[in-house]
Amino acid sequence: MALAESQILRRNEPSDLSVRAVVDAAHAVTIDQVGVEERAASFTKRSIKKDAKLWGLDLAIRTMDLTTLEGADTPGKVRALSAKAIHPDPTNPDIPSVAAVCVFPNFVAVAKRALEGSGVQVASVATGFPSGQVPFSAKLDDVRAAVEDGADEIDMVIDRGAFLRGDYATVYEEVKRIREACGDAHLKVILETGELGSYDDVRAASWISMAAGADFIKTSTGKIGAAATLPVTLVMLEAIRDYWELTGIKVGMKPAGGIRTAKQSLQYLVMLNETLGLEWMRPELWRFGASSLLNDVLMQLRTQATGAYSGGDYFTLD
Amino acid sequence: MATKPTSSSTPAKKATQTPRQAPPKTRTGVAGPNRWDYAPAPESTSIVQLRDRYDHFIGGEWVKPASKKYFTTVSPSTLKPLAEVAEGTAKDVDKAVRAARAAFENDWSKRSGAERGRFLFRIARILQERAREFAVLESMDGGKPIKESRDVDVPLAAAHFFYYAGWADKLEYAFPGQKVRPLGVAGQVIPWNFPLMMLAWKVAPALAAGNTVVLKPAETTPLTALLFCEVLEQAGLPAGVVNIVTGDGVAGAAVVSHPDVDKVAFTGSTAVGKQIARAVAGTDKKVTLELGGKAANIVFDDAPLDQAVEGIVNGIYFNQGHVCCAGSRLFVQESAYDAVIAKLKRRMETLRIGDPLDKNTDVGAINSKAQLERITALVGAGVEEGAEIWQPSCELPKKGYYFRPTVFTGVSQSHRIAQEEIFGPVLSVLTFRTPAEAIEKANNTPYGLSAGVWTEKGSRILSMVSKLKAGVVWANTFNRFDPTSPFGGFQESGYGREGGLQGLAPYLHVEKG
Repeated sequence: MALAESQILRRNEPSDLSVRAVVDAAHAVTIDQVGVEERAASFTKRSIKKDAKLWGLDLAIRTMDLTTLEGADTPGKVRALSAKAIHPDPTNPDIPSVAAVCVFPNFVAVAKRALEGSGVQVASVATGFPSGQVPFSAKLDDVRAAVEDGADEIDMVIDRGAFLRGDYATVYEEVKRIREACGDAHLKVILETGELGSYDDVRAASWISMAAGADFIKTSTGKIGAAATLPVTLVMLEAIRDYWELTGIKVGMKPAGGIRTAKQSLQYLVMLNETLGLEWMRPELWRFGASSLLNDVLMQLRTQATGAYSGGDYFTLD
Repeated sequence: MATKPTSSSTPAKKATQTPRQAPPKTRTGVAGPNRWDYAPAPESTSIVQLRDRYDHFIGGEWVKPASKKYFTTVSPSTLKPLAEVAEGTAKDVDKAVRAARAAFENDWSKRSGAERGRFLFRIARILQERAREFAVLESMDGGKPIKESRDVDVPLAAAHFFYYAGWADKLEYAFPGQKVRPLGVAGQVIPWNFPLMMLAWKVAPALAAGNTVVLKPAETTPLTALLFCEVLEQAGLPAGVVNIVTGDGVAGAAVVSHPDVDKVAFTGSTAVGKQIARAVAGTDKKVTLELGGKAANIVFDDAPLDQAVEGIVNGIYFNQGHVCCAGSRLFVQESAYDAVIAKLKRRMETLRIGDPLDKNTDVGAINSKAQLERITALVGAGVEEGAEIWQPSCELPKKGYYFRPTVFTGVSQSHRIAQEEIFGPVLSVLTFRTPAEAIEKANNTPYGLSAGVWTEKGSRILSMVSKLKAGVVWANTFNRFDPTSPFGGFQESGYGREGGLQGLAPYLHVEKG
């Protein structure tokens, strides 16, 4: 039996518009820095308690891309992280699994085996992560290798050098071709907003990526100092909203890097709630890219349940 | 870009997938059905210790009213009585003015600027220390959201005392080459929309300049002014330097017309302002009046629209629209009209209206029954005149004085809702085609307190600012206040400035030295 039309998320497709048309649209909306920062700060004033807090923290886990992206990664480390992804708190079966495990291409196969049957997705960074400063052919190979090994999701980086010198065509074309190479794997496009000059640039890069077929847009690699912030994420959420109004297609959002506490995760979810609404509050359209956030969320959930804080040693370090 | 779905012109708003766990329905009526609802987060009122009955604060003592009468101040959100407050008459005011005169002659005018500054700094610090108490009481008595009393009213009140404390020993540098001396006794009458903040705007510059004060707080919101008397005691301010007389218009008129008052400062309605101007005409009293407004908030099509919408919302729904400089007339360039209205309505669906003491409340209670009736009547007039009304789908609390945030579109200049100050959460939207038309319409009002301009083009901002007849013009923001910045109106919005260096002058004789 077919699902009702409204229950299926239509996947974003690369546009067949000219580069020029896309770039013009990308720059059509400007952002006022003071205003957007003030609005983002207003979300941190919401007081989220009791049931609302429990639901939010549960959602934070369900939408988490548990991440390890270290030169020191090994198959053992990836297997350990995968186990944690499936059962974040082994003492409490009510705690859901995370959305995905995010690894380097070399560990996709290991993660795939470890997560088999769990419903947890395997995400792989690719395209010369984190700088993207490799030949395009290498980027394509990177993606193809990860997809062949079974990656469900690809986190690519845009060519910031091209973007900053005004060569938007290269950015647009690259995302389009990577999207093609992904096949059925979903594509998250990392803007590395900390390297873009302004909120106007974040808006433009978001728009170009969505027009090129991104399934998700993502703030950061986590490899430079400036990672996700509330205002940057708000600018991207508003771009997603405008794209949805224009095309009817829902693109997902992934803030990544720097989100370490349960409190921060609730602030992001409040902003999501009041900008795009409940529809976006699910793993198909929202992800947290984080490595240390999970334990703080688990600790808060246990505190809510028991009324007392547990020590850090009651939660596994993986 | 992919093509639009053919089934409908606007994207379906139905939830396409039920979340694993439905959002908790802990609180109904504050958000649409498509949202994660937040559990109640009420600020505790236990920090506030109210007396059952308050007398006047005259000469450093609590003095019973000559009339022996008291009136009850109620919370506009719970409708519960909070305390009884002395009903002031001319006799009480006379006693207060005499106390202020004595304190001026015998004490305050003899102290050095540095000494006066020390008291003001002390008051500012105590206000900060007791900030939560003041914020909670302000929300209880006046109905404004705790978010605003906590983050705007009380911090700004303290900031005004800090700012003017700094001027107290530098008056001769404030007006170089001129001689300054205080006026004497200042009679001050303040409104109910920002009770403590208005008190600070009035008292701080008066004391810094060396005057003494008789202040009458508004009838519906006297409690923070009475709590402020405790701060004065704590700071050890000499008796009689600040005197508070509570009551209604009778007491206010007595303050204004008392022959031994040297300076009148009033913030409130234009109608009362005119009465005051008549009452002081022919006397040598100095007067500042900060009166009504009908501010134009002008949005050009090149503006950053999402931020402009925030400015529109903040401009008119901040403090339930009980703001003299509220951006109550929105002028949108026709080419951006559809986008702005769509964004505005969507944003307004996220506003949370309800208990002022809930930390998540964005719009609180209307200050009084009389004000609610006035808003209701003017909104009725708007509908009758043919403007199109829109309100978000929120539910209002069953009890208390509440009014749904309201937008009128299709408004003409000739409609009452485009002309009269509503002083409530009601926005009138008009359109324009060219900058010249925007200026002409924006200036077409007897008021002239504030205005807003939203555009990415810097040169256009400067050109608009120079042509708008308003005391304050905000560019790409709205409702921003700072003690260093002067504030005041043109035309029927009053005269004189408060805040900044300019706010000192009305409390001083400034003569060529």
